[in-house]
Amino acid sequence: MYPSDYRYTKEHEWIKVTGSIGTVGITDYAQHELGDVVFVELPTVGTKITTGQVFGSVESVKAVSEIFAPVSGEVTEVNAALSDTPETLNTDPHGAAWLIKIKLANTAELSGLMDAAAYQAFISEKEASA
Amino acid sequence: MTSPTTTQIRKTALNGVHRRLKAKMVNFGGWDMPVEYSGIVAEHMATRTAAGLFDVSHMGEIEVRGPHALELVQHVTCNDASKLVAGQAHYSGLMNEKGTFVDDLLVHKISDTHYFLCVNAGNQDQDFEHIRAHNRAGAQIENAGERYSQIAIQGPKALGILQRFTSEPLDSIRYYHFAFGKVDGVDCLIARTGYTGEDGFEIYFAPEYSEKLWDKLLDAGYAEGLLPCGLGARNTLRLEASMCLYGHEIDETTTPWEAGLGWICKPAKGEFLGRDALIRQKEKGVDRALVGFEMLDRLIARDACLVSIAGKHAGWVTSGSPAPFLRKNIGMAYVPTASKAPGTEITIGIRANQAPARIVPMPFYKRTK
Repeated sequence: MYPSDYRYTKEHEWIKVTGSIGTVGITDYAQHELGDVVFVELPTVGTKITTGQVFGSVESVKAVSEIFAPVSGEVTEVNAALSDTPETLNTDPHGAAWLIKIKLANTAELSGLMDAAAYQAFISEKEASA
Repeated sequence: MTSPTTTQIRKTALNGVHRRLKAKMVNFGGWDMPVEYSGIVAEHMATRTAAGLFDVSHMGEIEVRGPHALELVQHVTCNDASKLVAGQAHYSGLMNEKGTFVDDLLVHKISDTHYFLCVNAGNQDQDFEHIRAHNRAGAQIENAGERYSQIAIQGPKALGILQRFTSEPLDSIRYYHFAFGKVDGVDCLIARTGYTGEDGFEIYFAPEYSEKLWDKLLDAGYAEGLLPCGLGARNTLRLEASMCLYGHEIDETTTPWEAGLGWICKPAKGEFLGRDALIRQKEKGVDRALVGFEMLDRLIARDACLVSIAGKHAGWVTSGSPAPFLRKNIGMAYVPTASKAPGTEITIGIRANQAPARIVPMPFYKRTK
Protein backbone atom coordinates (compact mmCIF):
# COMPACT_ATOMS: atom_id res chain seq x y z
CA MET A 1 0.00 0.00 0.00
CA TYR A 2 2.64 2.56 1.04
CA PRO A 3 5.59 2.61 -1.39
CA SER A 4 8.85 1.72 0.34
CA ASP A 5 10.89 4.33 -1.53
CA TYR A 6 8.70 7.21 -0.25
CA ARG A 7 9.07 9.09 3.05
CA TYR A 8 6.06 10.19 5.10
CA THR A 9 4.99 12.92 7.54
CA LYS A 10 2.66 12.80 10.52
CA GLU A 11 0.39 15.18 8.58
CA HIS A 12 0.01 12.47 5.92
CA GLU A 13 2.11 13.88 3.10
CA TRP A 14 4.56 11.71 1.15
CA ILE A 15 7.74 12.65 -0.67
CA LYS A 16 9.69 10.65 -3.22
CA VAL A 17 13.20 11.96 -3.93
CA THR A 18 15.13 11.49 -7.17
CA GLY A 19 18.46 13.30 -7.05
CA SER A 20 17.72 16.73 -5.57
CA ILE A 21 14.07 16.82 -6.74
CA GLY A 22 11.29 15.66 -4.44
CA THR A 23 7.77 14.81 -5.61
CA VAL A 24 5.15 15.53 -2.91
CA GLY A 25 1.62 14.23 -2.44
CA ILE A 26 -0.89 13.15 0.20
CA THR A 27 -1.25 9.59 1.39
CA ASP A 28 -4.01 7.11 0.77
CA TYR A 29 -4.95 7.45 4.43
CA ALA A 30 -5.33 11.23 3.97
CA GLN A 31 -7.54 10.93 0.87
CA HIS A 32 -9.71 8.39 2.63
CA GLU A 33 -10.15 10.66 5.65
CA LEU A 34 -11.05 13.60 3.39
CA GLY A 35 -13.58 11.81 1.21
CA ASP A 36 -14.52 13.01 -2.29
CA VAL A 37 -11.88 15.58 -3.31
CA VAL A 38 -13.34 18.46 -5.33
CA PHE A 39 -10.67 21.17 -5.36
CA VAL A 40 -6.92 21.49 -5.01
CA GLU A 41 -5.10 24.77 -4.38
CA LEU A 42 -1.37 24.71 -5.19
CA PRO A 43 1.46 27.26 -5.09
CA THR A 44 3.06 28.72 -8.22
CA VAL A 45 6.37 27.50 -9.62
CA GLY A 46 9.23 29.33 -7.95
CA THR A 47 7.58 29.59 -4.53
CA LYS A 48 10.02 28.90 -1.68
CA ILE A 49 8.62 26.74 1.10
CA THR A 50 10.05 25.66 4.42
CA THR A 51 9.48 22.49 6.39
CA GLY A 52 6.11 22.43 8.11
CA GLN A 53 4.79 25.43 6.20
CA VAL A 54 1.33 25.29 4.60
CA PHE A 55 1.83 25.32 0.83
CA GLY A 56 -1.63 24.44 -0.42
CA SER A 57 -4.94 22.85 0.37
CA VAL A 58 -7.05 19.93 -0.69
CA GLU A 59 -10.80 20.29 -0.40
CA SER A 60 -13.39 17.58 -0.19
CA VAL A 61 -17.16 18.05 -0.22
CA LYS A 62 -17.23 18.38 3.53
CA ALA A 63 -13.95 20.05 4.51
CA VAL A 64 -10.76 21.78 3.53
CA SER A 65 -7.41 20.35 4.61
CA GLU A 66 -4.11 22.22 4.55
CA ILE A 67 -1.02 20.61 3.07
CA PHE A 68 2.29 21.03 4.86
CA ALA A 69 5.75 21.01 3.28
CA PRO A 70 7.60 17.83 4.28
CA VAL A 71 10.97 19.50 3.55
CA SER A 72 12.28 22.93 2.55
CA GLY A 73 12.91 23.90 -1.04
CA GLU A 74 11.68 25.66 -4.14
CA VAL A 75 8.64 24.58 -6.15
CA THR A 76 9.79 23.51 -9.64
CA GLU A 77 6.57 22.03 -10.97
CA VAL A 78 2.89 21.76 -9.99
CA ASN A 79 0.42 19.12 -11.11
CA ALA A 80 -1.89 21.26 -13.26
CA ALA A 81 -3.99 18.24 -14.24
CA LEU A 82 -5.51 18.19 -10.73
CA SER A 83 -7.31 21.42 -11.49
CA ASP A 84 -9.66 19.58 -13.87
CA THR A 85 -9.57 16.15 -12.27
CA PRO A 86 -9.20 16.62 -8.50
CA GLU A 87 -10.90 13.24 -7.98
CA THR A 88 -7.61 11.61 -9.06
CA LEU A 89 -6.54 12.25 -5.47
CA ASN A 90 -9.06 9.63 -4.37
CA THR A 91 -8.09 7.04 -6.96
CA ASP A 92 -4.30 7.41 -7.30
CA PRO A 93 -2.95 9.46 -4.39
CA HIS A 94 0.54 7.92 -4.52
CA GLY A 95 0.92 8.23 -8.30
CA ALA A 96 -0.92 10.41 -10.82
CA ALA A 97 -2.22 12.75 -8.10
CA TRP A 98 1.18 14.05 -6.99
CA LEU A 99 0.83 17.73 -5.98
CA ILE A 100 4.16 19.49 -6.48
CA LYS A 101 7.84 18.90 -7.21
CA ILE A 102 10.43 20.77 -5.20
CA LYS A 103 14.17 21.26 -5.41
CA LEU A 104 15.31 20.27 -1.95
CA ALA A 105 17.27 22.87 0.01
CA ASN A 106 18.79 20.28 2.32
CA THR A 107 18.51 16.54 1.68
CA ALA A 108 19.49 15.87 5.32
CA GLU A 109 15.93 16.91 6.28
CA LEU A 110 14.68 13.61 4.86
CA SER A 111 16.08 11.74 7.84
CA GLY A 112 13.43 13.35 10.01
CA LEU A 113 10.61 11.66 8.08
CA MET A 114 9.06 8.21 8.52
CA ASP A 115 9.72 5.30 6.22
CA ALA A 116 6.81 3.18 4.94
CA ALA A 117 6.89 0.73 7.85
CA ALA A 118 6.95 3.50 10.44
CA TYR A 119 4.10 5.33 8.68
CA GLN A 120 2.04 2.16 8.45
CA ALA A 121 2.52 1.64 12.19
CA PHE A 122 1.64 5.30 12.82
CA ILE A 123 -1.72 5.08 11.02
CA SER A 124 -2.53 1.63 12.43
CA GLU A 125 -2.25 3.18 15.88
CA LYS A 126 -4.60 6.01 14.83
CA GLU A 127 -7.13 3.56 13.40
CA ALA A 128 -7.02 1.42 16.52
CA SER A 129 -7.80 4.38 18.76
CA ALA A 130 -10.63 5.65 16.53
CA MET B 1 -5.31 3.96 28.00
CA THR B 2 -8.45 5.35 29.57
CA SER B 3 -9.33 8.98 29.89
CA PRO B 4 -11.67 10.43 32.49
CA THR B 5 -15.29 10.03 31.47
CA THR B 6 -16.85 13.26 30.34
CA THR B 7 -20.31 13.29 28.79
CA GLN B 8 -21.01 9.82 27.42
CA ILE B 9 -21.38 9.91 23.65
CA ARG B 10 -24.82 8.67 22.62
CA LYS B 11 -25.46 5.93 20.10
CA THR B 12 -28.52 5.17 18.04
CA ALA B 13 -29.87 1.63 17.85
CA LEU B 14 -28.20 1.39 14.42
CA ASN B 15 -24.68 2.16 15.65
CA GLY B 16 -23.51 -1.42 15.15
CA VAL B 17 -24.93 -1.43 11.63
CA HIS B 18 -23.02 1.72 10.69
CA ARG B 19 -19.79 0.22 11.96
CA ARG B 20 -20.47 -3.03 10.14
CA LEU B 21 -21.00 -1.00 6.95
CA LYS B 22 -17.64 0.69 7.68
CA ALA B 23 -19.15 4.17 7.78
CA LYS B 24 -16.91 7.07 8.70
CA MET B 25 -18.21 8.12 12.13
CA VAL B 26 -18.25 11.53 13.80
CA ASN B 27 -19.52 13.14 16.99
CA PHE B 28 -22.57 15.16 15.95
CA GLY B 29 -24.40 17.01 18.72
CA GLY B 30 -23.19 14.43 21.25
CA TRP B 31 -24.14 11.45 19.04
CA ASP B 32 -21.81 8.98 17.33
CA MET B 33 -23.16 9.26 13.79
CA PRO B 34 -22.18 8.19 10.25
CA VAL B 35 -20.85 11.00 8.01
CA GLU B 36 -20.52 8.84 4.92
CA TYR B 37 -20.49 5.22 3.80
CA SER B 38 -19.58 5.07 0.08
CA GLY B 39 -18.86 8.80 -0.31
CA ILE B 40 -20.90 12.00 -0.03
CA VAL B 41 -21.16 12.56 -3.80
CA ALA B 42 -22.35 9.00 -4.54
CA GLU B 43 -24.85 9.12 -1.66
CA HIS B 44 -26.11 12.55 -2.68
CA MET B 45 -26.60 11.45 -6.30
CA ALA B 46 -28.30 8.21 -5.25
CA THR B 47 -30.86 10.22 -3.27
CA ARG B 48 -31.54 12.58 -6.20
CA THR B 49 -31.80 9.83 -8.83
CA ALA B 50 -32.93 6.70 -6.92
CA ALA B 51 -33.12 6.62 -3.12
CA GLY B 52 -31.15 7.25 0.04
CA LEU B 53 -31.57 5.58 3.44
CA PHE B 54 -30.72 7.68 6.49
CA ASP B 55 -30.52 6.83 10.19
CA VAL B 56 -31.89 9.95 11.83
CA SER B 57 -32.65 8.33 15.18
CA HIS B 58 -30.57 11.01 16.88
CA MET B 59 -33.40 13.47 16.23
CA GLY B 60 -35.46 14.15 19.33
CA GLU B 61 -39.16 13.52 19.88
CA ILE B 62 -41.29 15.44 22.35
CA GLU B 63 -44.94 14.53 22.84
CA VAL B 64 -47.53 16.98 24.12
CA ARG B 65 -50.83 15.56 25.33
CA GLY B 66 -54.03 16.53 27.06
CA PRO B 67 -56.86 19.03 26.63
CA HIS B 68 -54.34 21.90 26.71
CA ALA B 69 -51.90 20.39 24.22
CA LEU B 70 -52.74 22.80 21.40
CA GLU B 71 -52.61 25.78 23.74
CA LEU B 72 -49.04 24.88 24.75
CA VAL B 73 -47.88 24.17 21.20
CA GLN B 74 -49.34 27.49 20.07
CA HIS B 75 -47.64 29.31 22.94
CA VAL B 76 -44.10 28.05 22.25
CA THR B 77 -44.07 27.85 18.42
CA CYS B 78 -44.51 30.54 15.77
CA ASN B 79 -46.50 28.67 13.09
CA ASP B 80 -50.26 28.30 13.52
CA ALA B 81 -50.83 24.75 14.76
CA SER B 82 -54.60 25.36 14.97
CA LYS B 83 -54.64 25.05 11.19
CA LEU B 84 -53.38 21.46 11.29
CA VAL B 85 -55.81 18.59 10.87
CA ALA B 86 -55.18 15.20 12.49
CA GLY B 87 -52.62 13.41 10.34
CA GLN B 88 -50.95 16.62 9.16
CA ALA B 89 -47.54 18.08 10.02
CA HIS B 90 -45.85 21.43 9.53
CA TYR B 91 -42.46 23.08 9.91
CA SER B 92 -42.24 25.58 12.74
CA GLY B 93 -39.93 27.41 15.12
CA LEU B 94 -39.61 26.95 18.87
CA MET B 95 -39.43 30.54 20.00
CA ASN B 96 -38.20 32.48 23.01
CA GLU B 97 -39.43 35.91 24.20
CA LYS B 98 -37.02 37.69 21.87
CA GLY B 99 -38.64 36.09 18.83
CA THR B 100 -35.50 34.10 18.03
CA PHE B 101 -35.07 30.35 17.58
CA VAL B 102 -34.60 27.96 20.50
CA ASP B 103 -34.87 25.32 17.76
CA ASP B 104 -36.69 24.50 14.55
CA LEU B 105 -39.02 21.53 14.48
CA LEU B 106 -41.77 19.53 12.81
CA VAL B 107 -45.14 19.57 14.57
CA HIS B 108 -47.35 16.55 13.84
CA LYS B 109 -50.98 16.68 14.93
CA ILE B 110 -52.03 13.18 15.96
CA SER B 111 -55.33 14.33 17.52
CA ASP B 112 -56.84 17.39 19.21
CA THR B 113 -55.17 16.24 22.43
CA HIS B 114 -51.88 14.85 21.10
CA TYR B 115 -49.05 16.59 19.23
CA PHE B 116 -45.79 14.90 18.24
CA LEU B 117 -42.78 17.19 17.87
CA CYS B 118 -39.57 16.24 16.08
CA VAL B 119 -36.63 18.41 17.18
CA ASN B 120 -32.87 18.59 16.62
CA ALA B 121 -30.68 16.01 18.35
CA GLY B 122 -28.38 18.44 20.11
CA ASN B 123 -31.27 20.63 21.30
CA GLN B 124 -33.65 17.97 22.56
CA ASP B 125 -33.06 18.35 26.29
CA GLN B 126 -33.00 22.14 26.29
CA ASP B 127 -36.13 22.19 24.08
CA PHE B 128 -37.91 19.96 26.56
CA GLU B 129 -36.86 22.19 29.48
CA HIS B 130 -37.95 25.29 27.55
CA ILE B 131 -41.38 23.86 26.76
CA ARG B 132 -41.79 22.67 30.35
CA ALA B 133 -40.84 26.08 31.72
CA HIS B 134 -43.56 27.70 29.59
CA ASN B 135 -46.21 25.07 30.25
CA ARG B 136 -48.62 27.40 32.03
CA ALA B 137 -51.43 25.62 30.17
CA GLY B 138 -50.80 22.44 32.14
CA ALA B 139 -50.35 20.07 29.21
CA GLN B 140 -48.56 16.72 29.63
CA ILE B 141 -45.09 16.78 28.10
CA GLU B 142 -42.89 13.78 27.45
CA ASN B 143 -39.25 13.86 26.39
CA ALA B 144 -39.70 10.75 24.27
CA GLY B 145 -36.51 10.48 22.22
CA GLU B 146 -35.46 7.17 23.73
CA ARG B 147 -38.74 5.53 22.72
CA TYR B 148 -38.19 6.15 19.00
CA SER B 149 -35.85 5.31 16.21
CA GLN B 150 -36.26 7.28 13.00
CA ILE B 151 -35.27 6.23 9.50
CA ALA B 152 -35.64 8.48 6.47
CA ILE B 153 -36.02 7.00 3.00
CA GLN B 154 -35.79 9.72 0.39
CA GLY B 155 -35.67 10.01 -3.37
CA PRO B 156 -37.77 9.22 -6.46
CA LYS B 157 -37.75 5.49 -5.70
CA ALA B 158 -38.41 5.81 -1.94
CA LEU B 159 -42.16 5.30 -2.17
CA GLY B 160 -41.90 2.16 -4.29
CA ILE B 161 -39.31 0.58 -2.01
CA LEU B 162 -41.16 1.38 1.21
CA GLN B 163 -44.49 0.27 -0.28
CA ARG B 164 -43.22 -3.31 -0.54
CA PHE B 165 -43.25 -3.52 3.25
CA THR B 166 -46.58 -1.92 4.10
CA SER B 167 -50.22 -2.28 3.16
CA GLU B 168 -50.72 1.42 3.94
CA PRO B 169 -51.39 3.11 0.56
CA LEU B 170 -48.38 5.45 0.63
CA ASP B 171 -49.42 7.40 -2.42
CA SER B 172 -52.51 8.57 -0.53
CA ILE B 173 -50.37 10.16 2.21
CA ARG B 174 -49.96 13.71 0.95
CA TYR B 175 -46.77 15.78 1.39
CA TYR B 176 -46.44 16.86 5.04
CA HIS B 177 -49.08 14.39 6.14
CA PHE B 178 -48.63 11.12 8.01
CA ALA B 179 -50.38 7.87 8.87
CA PHE B 180 -49.98 5.12 11.43
CA GLY B 181 -49.31 1.77 9.83
CA LYS B 182 -47.19 -1.33 9.92
CA VAL B 183 -43.91 -1.54 8.03
CA ASP B 184 -42.82 -5.17 7.84
CA GLY B 185 -45.12 -5.83 10.80
CA VAL B 186 -43.67 -3.01 12.93
CA ASP B 187 -45.95 -0.20 14.15
CA CYS B 188 -44.76 3.05 12.61
CA LEU B 189 -45.67 6.68 12.27
CA ILE B 190 -45.14 7.08 8.52
CA ALA B 191 -44.68 10.73 7.55
CA ARG B 192 -44.26 12.05 4.04
CA THR B 193 -41.62 14.55 5.11
CA GLY B 194 -37.90 14.97 4.59
CA TYR B 195 -34.81 17.12 4.58
CA THR B 196 -33.44 16.46 1.10
CA GLY B 197 -35.67 18.25 -1.40
CA GLU B 198 -36.92 14.89 -2.66
CA ASP B 199 -40.14 13.00 -2.20
CA GLY B 200 -39.84 10.46 0.57
CA PHE B 201 -40.78 9.33 4.04
CA GLU B 202 -39.59 9.56 7.60
CA ILE B 203 -40.72 6.66 9.78
CA TYR B 204 -40.74 6.60 13.57
CA PHE B 205 -40.90 3.32 15.52
CA ALA B 206 -39.66 1.49 18.61
CA PRO B 207 -35.83 1.20 18.62
CA GLU B 208 -35.73 -2.61 19.01
CA TYR B 209 -36.87 -2.99 15.38
CA SER B 210 -34.20 -0.69 13.96
CA GLU B 211 -31.78 -3.24 12.53
CA LYS B 212 -34.53 -5.38 11.04
CA LEU B 213 -36.20 -2.46 9.23
CA TRP B 214 -32.90 -0.92 8.12
CA ASP B 215 -31.63 -4.21 6.68
CA LYS B 216 -34.91 -4.94 4.89
CA LEU B 217 -35.08 -1.51 3.27
CA LEU B 218 -31.40 -1.59 2.33
CA ASP B 219 -31.62 -5.07 0.81
CA ALA B 220 -34.82 -4.28 -1.08
CA GLY B 221 -33.57 -0.92 -2.35
CA TYR B 222 -30.05 -1.88 -3.28
CA ALA B 223 -30.95 -3.27 -6.71
CA GLU B 224 -32.78 -0.01 -7.47
CA GLY B 225 -29.80 2.16 -6.63
CA LEU B 226 -30.60 2.97 -2.99
CA LEU B 227 -27.56 3.74 -0.87
CA PRO B 228 -27.19 4.22 2.87
CA CYS B 229 -26.46 7.92 3.39
CA GLY B 230 -24.65 9.75 6.15
CA LEU B 231 -24.87 13.22 7.62
CA GLY B 232 -22.52 14.53 4.92
CA ALA B 233 -25.01 13.88 2.11
CA ARG B 234 -27.88 14.95 4.37
CA ASN B 235 -26.18 18.34 4.65
CA THR B 236 -25.42 18.81 0.94
CA LEU B 237 -28.94 17.67 0.01
CA ARG B 238 -30.64 20.09 2.40
CA LEU B 239 -28.35 22.91 1.26
CA GLU B 240 -29.22 22.35 -2.43
CA ALA B 241 -32.88 22.40 -1.34
CA SER B 242 -32.19 25.65 0.63
CA MET B 243 -33.42 24.27 3.95
CA CYS B 244 -32.15 25.86 7.16
CA LEU B 245 -29.91 24.03 9.63
CA TYR B 246 -30.03 25.03 13.28
CA GLY B 247 -26.70 26.48 14.42
CA HIS B 248 -26.02 27.72 10.89
CA GLU B 249 -28.86 29.71 9.29
CA ILE B 250 -30.89 29.97 12.49
CA ASP B 251 -30.07 30.16 16.20
CA GLU B 252 -30.91 32.19 19.31
CA THR B 253 -29.84 35.40 17.56
CA THR B 254 -32.00 34.92 14.45
CA THR B 255 -35.66 35.73 13.84
CA PRO B 256 -37.89 34.01 11.27
CA TRP B 257 -38.14 37.26 9.27
CA GLU B 258 -34.35 37.42 8.89
CA ALA B 259 -34.06 33.76 7.92
CA GLY B 260 -36.61 33.99 5.12
CA LEU B 261 -39.01 31.94 7.24
CA GLY B 262 -41.86 34.43 7.30
CA TRP B 263 -44.07 31.63 5.96
CA ILE B 264 -43.85 29.82 9.32
CA CYS B 265 -44.33 32.96 11.44
CA LYS B 266 -47.99 33.80 12.11
CA PRO B 267 -48.51 36.70 14.55
CA ALA B 268 -52.14 36.79 13.37
CA LYS B 269 -52.78 33.50 15.21
CA GLY B 270 -52.68 35.30 18.56
CA GLU B 271 -50.30 35.24 21.51
CA PHE B 272 -47.05 33.22 21.40
CA LEU B 273 -43.54 33.59 22.80
CA GLY B 274 -41.70 36.32 20.91
CA ARG B 275 -44.76 37.61 19.09
CA ASP B 276 -44.40 41.20 20.33
CA ALA B 277 -40.72 41.33 19.41
CA LEU B 278 -41.47 39.91 15.99
CA ILE B 279 -44.25 42.41 15.31
CA ARG B 280 -41.94 45.25 16.39
CA GLN B 281 -39.13 44.02 14.15
CA LYS B 282 -41.42 43.78 11.16
CA GLU B 283 -42.75 47.32 11.75
CA LYS B 284 -39.27 48.74 12.25
CA GLY B 285 -37.84 46.90 9.25
CA VAL B 286 -35.63 43.82 9.11
CA ASP B 287 -31.96 44.79 8.71
CA ARG B 288 -30.55 41.57 7.31
CA ALA B 289 -31.69 38.77 5.08
CA LEU B 290 -30.65 35.23 4.36
CA VAL B 291 -29.68 34.83 0.70
CA GLY B 292 -28.36 32.09 -1.53
CA PHE B 293 -25.20 32.58 -3.59
CA GLU B 294 -23.16 30.83 -6.24
CA MET B 295 -19.38 31.08 -6.47
CA LEU B 296 -18.14 32.57 -9.73
CA ASP B 297 -14.68 31.00 -9.61
CA ARG B 298 -13.60 27.60 -8.36
CA LEU B 299 -13.22 28.41 -4.69
CA ILE B 300 -15.59 26.93 -2.12
CA ALA B 301 -17.10 29.15 0.56
CA ARG B 302 -17.44 27.54 4.00
CA ASP B 303 -19.41 28.39 7.13
CA ALA B 304 -18.28 31.62 8.80
CA CYS B 305 -16.44 33.03 5.76
CA LEU B 306 -16.91 36.81 5.69
CA VAL B 307 -18.93 38.51 2.96
CA SER B 308 -18.24 41.97 1.57
CA ILE B 309 -20.13 44.04 -0.96
CA ALA B 310 -18.46 46.88 -2.89
CA GLY B 311 -15.44 46.63 -0.60
CA LYS B 312 -17.40 46.91 2.65
CA HIS B 313 -18.00 44.19 5.24
CA ALA B 314 -21.57 43.00 4.69
CA GLY B 315 -22.15 39.70 6.47
CA TRP B 316 -21.09 36.09 6.70
CA VAL B 317 -21.64 32.68 5.19
CA THR B 318 -23.94 30.37 7.21
CA SER B 319 -23.45 27.23 5.07
CA GLY B 320 -21.21 26.70 2.06
CA SER B 321 -20.34 23.60 0.08
CA PRO B 322 -19.96 22.09 -3.33
CA ALA B 323 -23.42 21.09 -4.60
CA PRO B 324 -22.92 17.61 -6.05
CA PHE B 325 -26.09 17.46 -8.17
CA LEU B 326 -25.96 21.07 -9.41
CA ARG B 327 -22.19 20.86 -9.92
CA LYS B 328 -21.68 24.35 -8.56
CA ASN B 329 -20.25 25.76 -5.37
CA ILE B 330 -23.10 27.31 -3.44
CA GLY B 331 -23.98 28.65 -0.02
CA MET B 332 -26.25 30.77 2.11
CA ALA B 333 -25.26 34.02 3.81
CA TYR B 334 -26.64 36.93 5.78
CA VAL B 335 -26.37 40.28 4.00
CA PRO B 336 -27.99 43.71 4.59
CA THR B 337 -31.60 43.66 3.40
CA ALA B 338 -30.84 46.44 0.91
CA SER B 339 -28.34 44.13 -0.83
CA LYS B 340 -30.37 40.95 -0.99
CA ALA B 341 -31.56 41.13 -4.61
CA PRO B 342 -30.59 38.22 -6.88
CA GLY B 343 -27.85 39.30 -9.25
CA THR B 344 -25.99 41.29 -6.59
CA GLU B 345 -22.24 40.66 -6.80
CA ILE B 346 -20.62 39.81 -3.48
CA THR B 347 -17.11 38.91 -2.39
CA ILE B 348 -16.29 36.11 0.02
CA GLY B 349 -13.08 35.87 2.01
CA ILE B 350 -11.72 32.34 1.60
CA ARG B 351 -8.31 31.90 3.21
CA ALA B 352 -6.08 34.51 1.49
CA ASN B 353 -8.50 35.01 -1.43
CA GLN B 354 -11.32 37.46 -2.05
CA ALA B 355 -13.55 35.24 -4.16
CA PRO B 356 -16.36 36.56 -6.37
CA ALA B 357 -19.90 35.24 -5.94
CA ARG B 358 -23.39 36.26 -6.98
CA ILE B 359 -26.68 36.24 -5.07
CA VAL B 360 -29.16 33.87 -6.72
CA PRO B 361 -32.79 32.97 -6.01
CA MET B 362 -33.50 30.07 -3.64
CA PRO B 363 -34.14 27.19 -3.68
CA PHE B 364 -31.04 26.23 -5.62
CA TYR B 365 -32.66 22.87 -6.41
CA LYS B 366 -36.31 22.03 -6.90
CA ARG B 367 -37.31 18.57 -7.94
CA THR B 368 -39.45 18.09 -11.02
CA LYS B 369 -42.74 16.53 -10.03
